[in-house]
Amino acid sequence: MALVMKKHAMPEQDPQVRAHNFNEVALGYDRETAIAEASRCLNCPKPRCVQGCPVQVKIPNFIAKVKSGDFADAIGIIKESNALPAVCGRVCPQENQCEKYCVMGVRGEPVGIGRLERFAADYDLKKPHEIKPIKYAADTQKVAVVGSGPAGLSAAGELAKKGYKVTVFEALHKAGGVLSYGIPEFRLPKEKIVQVEIANLKKLGVEIRLDTVIGKLYTVDELMQEEGFAAVFVSTGAGLPSFMHIPGENLNGVYSANEFLTRCNLMKAYKFPEYHTPLKVGKTVAVVGGGNVAMDAARTSLRLGAEHVYIVYRRSEKELPARLEEVHHAKDEGIDFKLLNNPVEVIGDENGNVKALRCIKMQLGEPDASGRRRPIPIEGSEFELPVETVVVAIGQGPNPLVQSTTPDMHTNKRGNIVADEATGATTKAGVFAGGDIVTGAATVILAMGAGKKAAQAIDEYLKKKA
Amino acid sequence: MYKILKKELLSPKVWLYDIEAPQIAKKAQPGQFLIVRTDEEGERIPLTIADFDRAKGTVSIVFQEVGAGTEVLGQLNEGDDILDVVAPLGKKTHIEKGMGTVVCIGGGIGVAPIYPIARGMHQVGNKVISIMGAKNKEILILEKQMRAVSDEVLVTTDDGSYGIKGFVTNALQQIIDRGEKIDEVIAIGPVVMMRSVVEATRPYKIKTVVSLNPIMVDGTGMCGGCRVQVGDEIKFACVDGPEFDGHLVDFKGLMSRQRMYKDMEKIESDHVCKLSTVKGEL
Ligand SMILES: Cc1cc2nc3c(=O)[nH]c(=O)nc-3n(C[C@H](O)[C@H](O)[C@H](O)COP(=O)(O)OP(=O)(O)OC[C@H]3O[C@@H](n4cnc5c(N)ncnc54)[C@H](O)[C@@H]3O)c2cc1C
Ligand SMILES: Cc1cc2nc3c(=O)[nH]c(=O)nc-3n(C[C@H](O)[C@H](O)[C@H](O)COP(=O)(O)OP(=O)(O)OC[C@H]3O[C@@H](n4cnc5c(N)ncnc54)[C@H](O)[C@@H]3O)c2cc1C
Ligand code: SF4
Ligand code: SF4
Ligand code: FES
Ligand SMILES: [Mg+2]
Repeated sequence: MALVMKKHAMPEQDPQVRAHNFNEVALGYDRETAIAEASRCLNCPKPRCVQGCPVQVKIPNFIAKVKSGDFADAIGIIKESNALPAVCGRVCPQENQCEKYCVMGVRGEPVGIGRLERFAADYDLKKPHEIKPIKYAADTQKVAVVGSGPAGLSAAGELAKKGYKVTVFEALHKAGGVLSYGIPEFRLPKEKIVQVEIANLKKLGVEIRLDTVIGKLYTVDELMQEEGFAAVFVSTGAGLPSFMHIPGENLNGVYSANEFLTRCNLMKAYKFPEYHTPLKVGKTVAVVGGGNVAMDAARTSLRLGAEHVYIVYRRSEKELPARLEEVHHAKDEGIDFKLLNNPVEVIGDENGNVKALRCIKMQLGEPDASGRRRPIPIEGSEFELPVETVVVAIGQGPNPLVQSTTPDMHTNKRGNIVADEATGATTKAGVFAGGDIVTGAATVILAMGAGKKAAQAIDEYLKKKA
Repeated sequence: MYKILKKELLSPKVWLYDIEAPQIAKKAQPGQFLIVRTDEEGERIPLTIADFDRAKGTVSIVFQEVGAGTEVLGQLNEGDDILDVVAPLGKKTHIEKGMGTVVCIGGGIGVAPIYPIARGMHQVGNKVISIMGAKNKEILILEKQMRAVSDEVLVTTDDGSYGIKGFVTNALQQIIDRGEKIDEVIAIGPVVMMRSVVEATRPYKIKTVVSLNPIMVDGTGMCGGCRVQVGDEIKFACVDGPEFDGHLVDFKGLMSRQRMYKDMEKIESDHVCKLSTVKGEL
């Protein structure tokens, strides 16, 4: 049989239609397409794809099961390595990970590993599952997890399965971290996927305490000394928004991407006034940045009614850090990419509202420390982009609330927690950390991997101590 | 879920709730605030912790119905639960022995958050002169409580129906003019009032602390929506404040940002109003 060189297309909502609704964009393979795509896999004896996956999903093995129609077995294999496949199948930057190394990609397109992972996971989510709560012994030890993003959720799941009583403390009124407040509904459905995964954890016996800010309501020391937790895993993410520090950034209409997306996703401003939290988009929006966060904010703006949305990014298309698929989707939906441009000032009207974003054109110079070519301003090339809203999506740093109240848990000069790469152990005995709070803003799968490693290390630590 | 143990009307549209929240009561300090959400559709509403009773395990809020969110909150009754309460947020007030003479100024419902501060200052032995301002006598709140924790209380009413006729700044000027050595002023109330207090103390270089209330979402430093210009820095009021050195605050910028959603707030309020009429008819 001749090799099919191209990936089977992913059915998706029409760009004209989806740009005005919050339903999921990519619709997922059906059975037949999944089996056909799985048949493209060569089942390599030394699968290069696996090396590209941060948690080493046994890719050829699960794909073989999809190919033979044994979908339940397929998901079983994936779940040995990855606790949230429905999420990762959707949001992993596959083109830089598993699919980047797939041999099929040498001459044609790589196997759609992410799409197949998603297919198997969705198949599984549709089936009713009976999850039996863990029966704890009277002397079971308690472990605290701080933050309910992918790092915290995967650590909690692993620890529960190892027999610990786990309590997850979450500052917001909803669990899930970025999966709930950051990544939009049209990319990652909340009720269908994120909340189902969280409900399953609860059924297992994990307790989730919402509205609980660690560093304020309890310190880490209090959790260990007064609340009886034998170990703590800190996974508070990269939640501190960066601003550009240019004139006019405090004007009405300038949002951090965090605020913009939180108002929309967590507070459901897209259903205003049925939901009471307001969000102003205006007719023209400029989103500053080129990562997933920027793409999400830009595409959210369209869906909230903006007529013209710019992405303003200081490097060129090649350097855009966003997932390839998101860039394609954004373009199809009509987002206007202003590449090689950098904002220098936000200009306001007499009422303190944004009326324009002043930018300067850039050109690429020599590669910098990150290996990407450094953008240099072109003198005298400033111009004004008339916009009513500016969303700043240029990165997030670590929120200091936990670190500043836990002095013996050391941080580096950026404020990230110092933790052992293999175990997540911090400088404080019994306290482990992982995910974005350690690495800086990264990916869902890396955060999950860190949670899983730390769970293993916490288990070993507690057994040794006993 | 957090149960409302007591509901009391302090003046028209101004409510005091005692909420059952033992861990928050244990950790709360003067100057800090909490965030409530009444229902799934509701906003996150920041409110100052007006009091806390560690023994009883309760915290108090005093709030005024000004729009959709606070109206829905005001419709709850004793025994009802508040869906979410997040606290204690923000930094506590700097209170220590030997600060000298402290003037605590509360305007309108700002008296509620100034009360635990005055009490804290008094407890450690500082001299507390309190100024309470209201439009008229009927809407003055917590006078008895304030008198119990102050060495001296001056009341001002805009219409002269009680105490000194005029604004809190008139009372403050009287204290300055009589030669009282003031070591610190703390003012909480409407932004225009705080700005006037700051202008009143500026010529005398009296340290003046104000508690800011920009529009907030998470209250944990995650969104940056609460940012205010303080001196040459941008601060997040929810984690760096809410109290700041009043002489450095950009009040104009703060007021502008507070007005950001005025038109949408109207729509929201009409919507909630319609909903409660429908509920009432059922
Ligand atoms: C808009 C957006 C889009 C993204 N898109 C992608 C994508 O397509 N693919 C991808 O792989 N990655 C993506 N990422 C990155 C990815 O989401 C993160 O790397 C990942 O979520 C990190 O997981 P985490 O568990 O470390 O932290 P988070 O997901 O940030 O979760 C941390 C949690 O801790 C809570 N918390 C913080 N402080 C405290 C405290 N003091 N007490 C209690 N709780 C606290 C927070 O409220 C939060 O719920 C995106 C990120 C954003 C913001
Ligand atoms: C730290 C802090 C402490 C506060 N303490 C008290 C208090 O003790 N008692 C009290 O009555 N009020 C207090 N407020 C103000 C209170 O939060 C607002 O009155 C309330 O959020 C208004 O919401 P609404 O939906 O009823 O009215 P809306 O009609 O939505 O708004 C009316 C006005 O309130 C302000 N506002 C709206 N939403 C918010 C928000 N999310 N955060 C802050 N301000 C907002 C805006 O200036 C707006 O114009 C405090 C605010 C802050 C930030
Ligand atoms: S978890 Fe991510 S990187 Fe690993 S196989 Fe799945 S999609 Fe690829
Ligand atoms: S490298 Fe590609 S073809 Fe080979 S096993 Fe992995 S997915 Fe299949
Ligand atoms: S309210 Fe979000 S950072 Fe202060
Ligand atoms: Mg409101």
